[in-house]
Amino acid sequence: MSRLQDFRLPDLGEGLTEGEILSWSVQVGDTITLNQVIVEVETAKAAVEVPSPYAGVVTRIHAEAGQTVDVGAPIITVDTDPTAAPLDVPAPAGSDRAQEDLALTEMVPRPPEDDAGPQGALIGEVGANGRTATLVGYGPRSVTAKRRPRVDAPAAPAPAGASPAAPPPAPARVSAQQVGQSAAVRAGGVTVLAKPPVRKLAKERGVDLAVLQGTGPHGTVTRADVEAVVARTGAAAPELRSAPEPAPSYDTAARETRVPVKGVRKHTAAAMVASAFTAPHVTEFLTLDMTPTMDLRSRVQAMPEFAGVKVSPLLFVAKALLLAVARNPQINSSWDEDAQEIVVKDPVNLGIAAATPRGLLVPNIKDADQLSLVELARALQSLAETARDGRTSPSDMAGGTITITNVGMFGVDNGTPILNPGESAILCFGAVRPMPWVVDGEVVVRQVTSLSLSFDHRVVDGQLGSQFLADIGRVLSDPATALVWA
Amino acid sequence: MPDATALTEPPIPSSPAGEVPVQLLTPEGERVSHPEYDVDLTDEEYRGLYRDLVLVRRIDIEATALQRQGELGIWAALLGQEAAQVGSGRAMREKDFAFPTYREHGVAWCRGVDPLELLGLFRGVSNGGWDPQEKRFQLYTIVIGSQTLHATGYAMGVQKDGAVGPQADGSEGEAVIAYFGDGASSQGDVNEAFVWASVYNAPVVFFCQNNQWGISTPTDHQTRIPLYRRAEGFGFPGVRVDGNDVLASYAVTRKALDDARQGQGPTLVEAFTYRMGAHTTSDDPTRYRLASELEAWKLKDPLERMKSFLYKQQIADADFFAELDADADALAARLRAGCLQMTDPAPSAMFDRVYAETTPLLQEQQAAFEAYSAGFADAGAVH
Repeated sequence: MSRLQDFRLPDLGEGLTEGEILSWSVQVGDTITLNQVIVEVETAKAAVEVPSPYAGVVTRIHAEAGQTVDVGAPIITVDTDPTAAPLDVPAPAGSDRAQEDLALTEMVPRPPEDDAGPQGALIGEVGANGRTATLVGYGPRSVTAKRRPRVDAPAAPAPAGASPAAPPPAPARVSAQQVGQSAAVRAGGVTVLAKPPVRKLAKERGVDLAVLQGTGPHGTVTRADVEAVVARTGAAAPELRSAPEPAPSYDTAARETRVPVKGVRKHTAAAMVASAFTAPHVTEFLTLDMTPTMDLRSRVQAMPEFAGVKVSPLLFVAKALLLAVARNPQINSSWDEDAQEIVVKDPVNLGIAAATPRGLLVPNIKDADQLSLVELARALQSLAETARDGRTSPSDMAGGTITITNVGMFGVDNGTPILNPGESAILCFGAVRPMPWVVDGEVVVRQVTSLSLSFDHRVVDGQLGSQFLADIGRVLSDPATALVWA
Repeated sequence: MPDATALTEPPIPSSPAGEVPVQLLTPEGERVSHPEYDVDLTDEEYRGLYRDLVLVRRIDIEATALQRQGELGIWAALLGQEAAQVGSGRAMREKDFAFPTYREHGVAWCRGVDPLELLGLFRGVSNGGWDPQEKRFQLYTIVIGSQTLHATGYAMGVQKDGAVGPQADGSEGEAVIAYFGDGASSQGDVNEAFVWASVYNAPVVFFCQNNQWGISTPTDHQTRIPLYRRAEGFGFPGVRVDGNDVLASYAVTRKALDDARQGQGPTLVEAFTYRMGAHTTSDDPTRYRLASELEAWKLKDPLERMKSFLYKQQIADADFFAELDADADALAARLRAGCLQMTDPAPSAMFDRVYAETTPLLQEQQAAFEAYSAGFADAGAVH
């Protein structure tokens, strides 16, 4: 074994071709031990500390920090027997040492200025050192892929099958090969840059990308470049032009998404059909000035009883509805088709339509008419949180007697709600907005909303429905009414 | 009012009590007791366990260096997991069978596999190298988690052979142990193995080294509950052990193996530990985890606590440690020399172990391949 050992940069991580020297922790003349960390190298995968495989004295460092070194190139030389006779530094010509040095010189990576080729090369281009720039780092050298000679291979490198009578086979083969490859490599080996759809277009039109001067970024050949050539030369493979591909028919079905109907969606659909086509719906509307209620809301929210409780406009709408139910008890009833009876309900189980992760659900607040305002506020808050968490249970949804749907929270004015099956009325609460409103003959800005009430005309006549809706409106327009009715 | 635009995920359930790992040796080297698990070893055995820990770490360090020097294609370091592997490996009886991943160098050591065989595999000159039947240690499995199914199937075979429970020769039956990691716990294979082992009451111990990282994926991206609690859902016991405590790892695994060999069915052991190094030599953990985490785990080092225990209890003296260091260096030197001497096998050797007995088609292919290889002008110079 030679005294002088070169440590060549290993493949530090499965298929790497090079690494950058980050820093040396030793210098020429240092005595190092086996497995002592000598250098930090960064590869495409990791920055790693490399331990020395040799113990001895460092005689040469082949690559400085910042240099990128090919895998297999020596990075350090270690004298493994430094106590022996000193080395002849300029080795005698013709000795093994000289040959070794020659081999080393060949393997030493070029200094950065000579290596500008690959650094400056664009993706896909072959740099001056014969390597192709890839997206991540540089691929292996592509210049000399030597084949191992076969025992019985022909002496001359004539291609098999080539006619010996054909005198100039070489140029012909080269051009054929060029066309056959991809017709997209310029002289000099640079790959033409073009996006795949443009390549496809060029192929269809019979345009050779290699002859085009691209106008896109970095000389990329664009669709316009190809089309310009086609317009100028009429280039197009005749067979392609005479037999164009049939235009794709407009297939609507292919662009549709079909969602299976199940779960809450299925239930909602069945309930809405049942309700809409059994109960004759009438819908009435009322637009009103809600400013006094909105003022009251701020005052109530500040009261100690409501600390930590959300006071929403919906709370007052619910309270107004409950007060109106007390004055018009027949609105809180259902139609019994089989018994041919109207069932007037004593408890008011107030349903709130809720958009939840599972879909539309209508949980209700049991005996809502028995609750104080703060209890009602808490019940609304709890119902909302339960629904939002997807924890609404079937019992939460059973036994409703009347419902509110709050479409105002989506910013819309109003709608014509469909009854929750088994109930006779549903109130729709629209958005509250600042709007012009006439007060004492003057137009002023007030907090205005609109309510709509759908009711089952089998149970509720226009008079009852109108009184009920008007009562709700009275409470919201003048909350003092609540004191009078309570 | 519910707002469709403000949906939130359900809250993560809080971690339950009882996930404190079984521990018999604190990071400071104090012996503590546990109501269910204990060990009572001789001084010789205590020293033996520490010797294993030191030698296994030395094997690992040398192999990592050899990879950095280009002598191995890749290496999966076990640094930090020595106690979990040595503890569980030494808990096995002679006839017990282990199904490892590719990181069980410590278990391989305990089963008597020459570390050089491991290096041959990672150098790419062999496909395994040891006789799994002789060592009762299956070949390394690279595919994540699949060995848990192999182990479960093997354990069901042990069961069908009647090798569970008291034996005619007076022994207590055989058990199987499957090694895997926290990352593999998310694999379908592992969950299927749990189902089969549970339903058939197979004599298998699932030994999960939770080293906190599945390459760059932290454990909280693998599970919302402590891993050992997964077992409950499959219907067998799970236990979390301090994987940096060789004594606790030994005690818990021994109990689980004994349960299995006596017909009590499977156990999931979660050895709570930490991968101190990279996932493999191709990985750079500084890109995804904080140095502070590493520093915190350094204080729980499995070797240091055992060394401290041996010193304090006067089980070992300075001479013992000096000798052990010399032995470790000698082992490393042997590995290095042996690794550098390994030669590439002949290309046609790839036909040798496709099947236990070769087939006519295979022989034909081998002959054709050899004729092709011999057709080069420099044939014979290669290989």
